[in-house]
Amino acid sequence: MPINSKNSKSKNMNNKLFFGLLMSSILFFTALIGTTASASPDIEHWRTTNGARVYFVPAPELPIVDIRIIFNAGAARDEDMPGTAILTNGLLAEGAGGLSANQLAEQFESIGARFGNSAQRDMAILSLRTLTERKIFDSAVNTLTTILTQPDFPKTAFERERSRLLTTLKRNKQSPGKQANETFFNALYSKHPYRNQPTGTEAGINGLDTAKLKAFYDKYYVGSNAILAIVGDLSRADAEQLAQTLMGKLPEGEPADDIPPVEALTDSKEIRIDHPSAQTHILVGQPGMKRGDPDYFALYVGNHILGGSGLVARLSNEIREKRGLAYSSYSYFVPMQQNGPFTIGLQTKNESANEALKVLRETIGTFVKEGATAEELEAAKKNITGGFPLRISSNKKIIDYIGMIGFYQLPMDYLDTFNERVQAVTLEDIKTAFQKRVHPEKMITVMVGGDVNSIGKE
Amino acid sequence: MNPLSKISAAALTAAALTGCATGLSKNDSAEMSASSAALSAGAGKTGHIVTIGDVHEYRLANGLQILIKEDHRAPVVVSQIWYKTGASYESNGTTGVAHVLEHMMFKGTKTLGPNEFSRIIAANGGRENAFTGQDYTAYFQQLEKSRLPISFELEADRMANLNLRAEDFAKEVKVVMEERRMRTDDKPRSLTYEHFAATAFVNSPYHQPIIGWMNDLENMNVDDMRNWYKDWYAPNNATLVVAGDVDAKAVFELAQKTYGKVSARPIPTLKPQTDFEQKGIKRIVVKAPAQVPYMLMGYKVPVVATAKTDWEPYALEMLANVLDAGESSRFAKELVRGQQIATSVGAGYDLYSRLDNLFIFSGTPAKGKTIDELEKAIRAQIQKIKTEPVNQAELDRIKAQVVASKVYEKDSLFYQAMQMGTLATVGLDWQLMDQFVERLRAVTPEQVQAVAKKYLIDDYLTVAVLKPQSTPAPAAANGGHSHAH
Repeated sequence: MPINSKNSKSKNMNNKLFFGLLMSSILFFTALIGTTASASPDIEHWRTTNGARVYFVPAPELPIVDIRIIFNAGAARDEDMPGTAILTNGLLAEGAGGLSANQLAEQFESIGARFGNSAQRDMAILSLRTLTERKIFDSAVNTLTTILTQPDFPKTAFERERSRLLTTLKRNKQSPGKQANETFFNALYSKHPYRNQPTGTEAGINGLDTAKLKAFYDKYYVGSNAILAIVGDLSRADAEQLAQTLMGKLPEGEPADDIPPVEALTDSKEIRIDHPSAQTHILVGQPGMKRGDPDYFALYVGNHILGGSGLVARLSNEIREKRGLAYSSYSYFVPMQQNGPFTIGLQTKNESANEALKVLRETIGTFVKEGATAEELEAAKKNITGGFPLRISSNKKIIDYIGMIGFYQLPMDYLDTFNERVQAVTLEDIKTAFQKRVHPEKMITVMVGGDVNSIGKE
Repeated sequence: MNPLSKISAAALTAAALTGCATGLSKNDSAEMSASSAALSAGAGKTGHIVTIGDVHEYRLANGLQILIKEDHRAPVVVSQIWYKTGASYESNGTTGVAHVLEHMMFKGTKTLGPNEFSRIIAANGGRENAFTGQDYTAYFQQLEKSRLPISFELEADRMANLNLRAEDFAKEVKVVMEERRMRTDDKPRSLTYEHFAATAFVNSPYHQPIIGWMNDLENMNVDDMRNWYKDWYAPNNATLVVAGDVDAKAVFELAQKTYGKVSARPIPTLKPQTDFEQKGIKRIVVKAPAQVPYMLMGYKVPVVATAKTDWEPYALEMLANVLDAGESSRFAKELVRGQQIATSVGAGYDLYSRLDNLFIFSGTPAKGKTIDELEKAIRAQIQKIKTEPVNQAELDRIKAQVVASKVYEKDSLFYQAMQMGTLATVGLDWQLMDQFVERLRAVTPEQVQAVAKKYLIDDYLTVAVLKPQSTPAPAAANGGHSHAH
């Protein structure tokens, strides 16, 4: 899943323990984007009367429940006002049912419930974790229902959150990595709704008002545009009642329109932006694939070998192990409603930028041309299938999966068949899929770093 | 006299004695004579499993402490090996050595080639990583439960047989320099933090950054690696933590067969490096290419391992939570929403460090507000804590959050193992993990006031301000040239 959560304000108590324990690791903890799938919890599925699709996995071991409500209301719906989706989502808990943000927060936190929200390109999310003790559970669900169904979009809160978001945009300009990412998306999706960052643009944010957010909410935060995922210590009857309580008051509405398909790139393009940094961040890529893509498993397993398996992947071996050029070098697909990006990236000291880019390009070129080796494929399969139980070893991980399966309407046996589909991938499948889908000669290259415009092109 | 220096001196003495007080067998005391400070309190008696709650503890004859938490929810296991060494064990001139050695631990042993460790773990479906902090260096694997022997064999091997080659080092130290550029040099806030810590702490080793000063990295050599490895990597200086779907007894037997083969070695005695008394407020400015200002305020405070009065760290923890534990705490309500003086603001305290630490405030002013106004607002919040007792509803809310968190954290094996490993490695009793909730619940409004009055005073304060230096407006996504200067 894309990772763009907004809620920097909230901090949970778990993290508290390690505040200030700055650590350095052997590997960069990248989000395992696109590496989906897992074992096989029994997923129960039904619809509420107003059309919300519900996915439920009973987990009686711990007296807790996780709830995730996902609307097809991410930043891809922003149209000409980038920032609409994230501000709409962020404003929900800033005042609802006549209660202030303070009161809503007190209601959750006085019972130890944890509320979260975020908006990415595809999804707008509300989440809750609470104890299942009756009084606590009822209170938490009640507050969540208020936030979900009766947001007030108060003007003062809107102005404040808009100002905070603008500061976030400004801060992102400090970061060569964030600059590179933003530029990369702009270039990959120049005419597509995936173009902008979920955090929006200054112009978009400045053009918003509460009426626009309310209109966005009214259109997209509706039953038939929602999924509800539940994992926890509840019976099926409890879960059904919960689903009806939470979602029942939303109008049925309409599912959001399909996101338009992404046009493939027709040419290569290199964009270099000077930034006063010691390192140059390099991103190379193109639109990749979508969820449920027929080539998903071949591309997923192939990418695992190319740049998706940390220290043992080819890219890391070439860039880091053999040459010491970067701490982190990787490649990944982000499957979305339409073709999400295929990204290859690294960051290296400015003087090495051209050399690293050359190695990166050679590594991709060779892989697309020749495919993987039998040993690599064997090792990748062992890693992916052998690690299957780790993918669903907690309630948190399970809700990540069922949220994804529900939102992207993947087959209900997606998890059950995951390992066999990985096992079925052949060397030929990988080579064919990469040659069909990945075009090194038609990629966007973004370099953001010190004097990238004066070092001469590779 | 500064209460801080008294506290830390006393606590360090106590820590140095605890290892001897744990009733070890003759076998152990022989091995331990060189390393009493390295063995933590509460260690299980050699050859006997001690079970407290759902945690089983055991100590091998070579001194390795083992903690097992059985959790049968899913057929998986996490194994972490924690060494009592880290950036705060380093000396000037070789800062960063603990972390570089952590990287070198993946470069092979007498029998395995570079990266083969990672390839074997990967082929077994495992995930792995390692991390270095001020007070520890730890390595971990997450695996399907039947693969645990692989982890033990590989970790025991690199505990004793690491092969440190100059050519591998030469490449890997470049990787670490890139890591430093990425994590610190090009991140204005991280850079500010580095300068801040180096100003607040003088004699304390928390002065130096975990990743090391660039100049030290540039002058490091493979002999530094060898010395570090020889000094600190021994079973009698480590704690093994295993959590997951395992049988404790079988795990101990497996550990005996693998880690048990590694011999104990003398461990150097660590100099206390107790920070001297701060004589007044310190202020610094960090100029860096940036867009948004940022500030850090840190007050020197005791922690659980150093506190003379055992409730004080918990009162400080409560204080941090009153100000900043979610959207209903004072900072969110009053500084972000009410006065709208901060875009973001936080308070934090790590009560489980090895040495005296900082109670830290950090924040970015809201649009139209200045760093000075933000500092005044934070100080006003501190003043309010000192003069008015925290109300019961606030305390109750924090207690509810802490109680719930304790249940939620059972959803993460890794986090539970991490807590045990941290506590054992900073010289505390891992059982403090289970006492946290009751100790925090016992904190009174008066105690919160008392620690604020005692420690949050100017004489113990360091302030660092990030002063953004203009950066170019990034060029449009169209590849136009834009220049930094």
